[in-house]
Amino acid sequence: MKLNRVVITGVGAISPFGNGVEALSEGVFSNRSGIVNVGNEWRESVTDILCEVGGKINFDLNEKQISRDLRRNMGRVSILACLSAKEAVKMAGLDEEHFTSGNYGISFASTTGSSKSIVDFTSQFIEEKSLSSIKSGHFFQVMSHTAAANIANFFNIKGRVLSPNSACSSAAQSIGLAYETIKFGLQKGMICGGAEELHVSTSATFDLLQAASFHYNDRPTETPRPFDQDRDGTVCGEGSGVLVLENEDHAKLRGANILGEVVGFSTFASGEHMSRVTEKDLVAGIERLFMETGISPSEVDYINAHATGTIQGDLEESFALEKVFSAKGLNPYVSSLKGHLGHTLGASASLELILCLEMIAKGRLIPTKNLDTPDPKCGKINYLQEYKNIRPKLIMKNSIAFGGINSIILLRSYANGDE
Amino acid sequence: METNEIFQKVKEVFVVEFEIDEDAITLESLVFEELGLDSLDSVDLIVALEKAFNFKIDRANDGAVIAQIRSIQDIINYVESKQA
Repeated sequence: MKLNRVVITGVGAISPFGNGVEALSEGVFSNRSGIVNVGNEWRESVTDILCEVGGKINFDLNEKQISRDLRRNMGRVSILACLSAKEAVKMAGLDEEHFTSGNYGISFASTTGSSKSIVDFTSQFIEEKSLSSIKSGHFFQVMSHTAAANIANFFNIKGRVLSPNSACSSAAQSIGLAYETIKFGLQKGMICGGAEELHVSTSATFDLLQAASFHYNDRPTETPRPFDQDRDGTVCGEGSGVLVLENEDHAKLRGANILGEVVGFSTFASGEHMSRVTEKDLVAGIERLFMETGISPSEVDYINAHATGTIQGDLEESFALEKVFSAKGLNPYVSSLKGHLGHTLGASASLELILCLEMIAKGRLIPTKNLDTPDPKCGKINYLQEYKNIRPKLIMKNSIAFGGINSIILLRSYANGDE
Repeated sequence: METNEIFQKVKEVFVVEFEIDEDAITLESLVFEELGLDSLDSVDLIVALEKAFNFKIDRANDGAVIAQIRSIQDIINYVESKQA
């Protein structure tokens, strides 16, 4: 059986830095922070929340550019997803003929359905003990695969639609499943990634689990602080990142511009604990990925860490990277983009992978924002604390989620189709 | 409530709820064929009419009547019947 190579031909993003990949890239390469104080708004809903900071999209999305019959089924998470997918599809040069052919599908997810819609739906249900005043589209905003289903309707896609909702690993699993789908010849192309809307209920959950930052409420741009000795937890953010993956032969045949190549994907579970990741599990998963792909860890020149700024999560991930790389004399640069964007949960892996492509395109690595003093308790790895003019050739992208679900993607630069 | 007042309120429902241009709405307008509503919209139409006219639609017994609605005039007739 011939296994296809899988390339990236389009990207789209919406983030606190603005609408589009260019705005995202400009914000992060300028070392800006997307984190603001939203305490006043959140305390109206959750009076005892400690965390007051979030990565919020504050500009008008111009939702009415989406026709009413489609928009009625969309909560904020789906609107973010569809608008960023529009950018990715345009960049890839795909049109309706591709979508209705049955050869293109979707693999896209978020942590849950629209958080705001879930709260509204449930409140009405509980208060009125009836569903009679709930609108027809409301359930479609609530269902777990709302983003994927809405993208399908938005583009009239006739291929497969997958929605691996796995919290913070949602986008990584979506991209991975898209990669496998194309690799095994089941579709010629896939629109994939993840989206997340910022909602007080999500941040309050991290707050409850003592995993949310709250010591920097008056200095929001200084948190989260991945790997830093003064980190105090993560900061939730919102956004959407979309990638168009295609069969390399097909992409070349239609003259698409190729941005990079996905060369490996692994997803594996802890199977032991809902919220605690361990060095042991991560090492096993990373080693398995290298064994399956035949790629050597020595080829990796940059690692885009999951590192969200929690005390325990950053420790375990850094220990695992030390064991797989540093302990064997390997020294790839490591950074996390959560310091700029916050933790965009279901969107994180796709937004961050898009920024990895930007690093390849610009030949410049992005450091971890707010990493002033690497925590001496963390693993001994090559922490990137300033921008560096290096064009990475092989990037490892980590994604770690509640539920004990971890995913890793290997991304390779692409030049003239023969790299 | 006078017929014209009902018409104005129905118009408002279509403008606000379904984003339809006010000028396109006449008594003769066909709700599905001309104004573009679909089966999901008909669910929302019921909710919107209940709110606008402050009555409760009996889903079990009014279903057949509602299913017959084709035009704006049909909606007005239905509202008037509920108020009788």
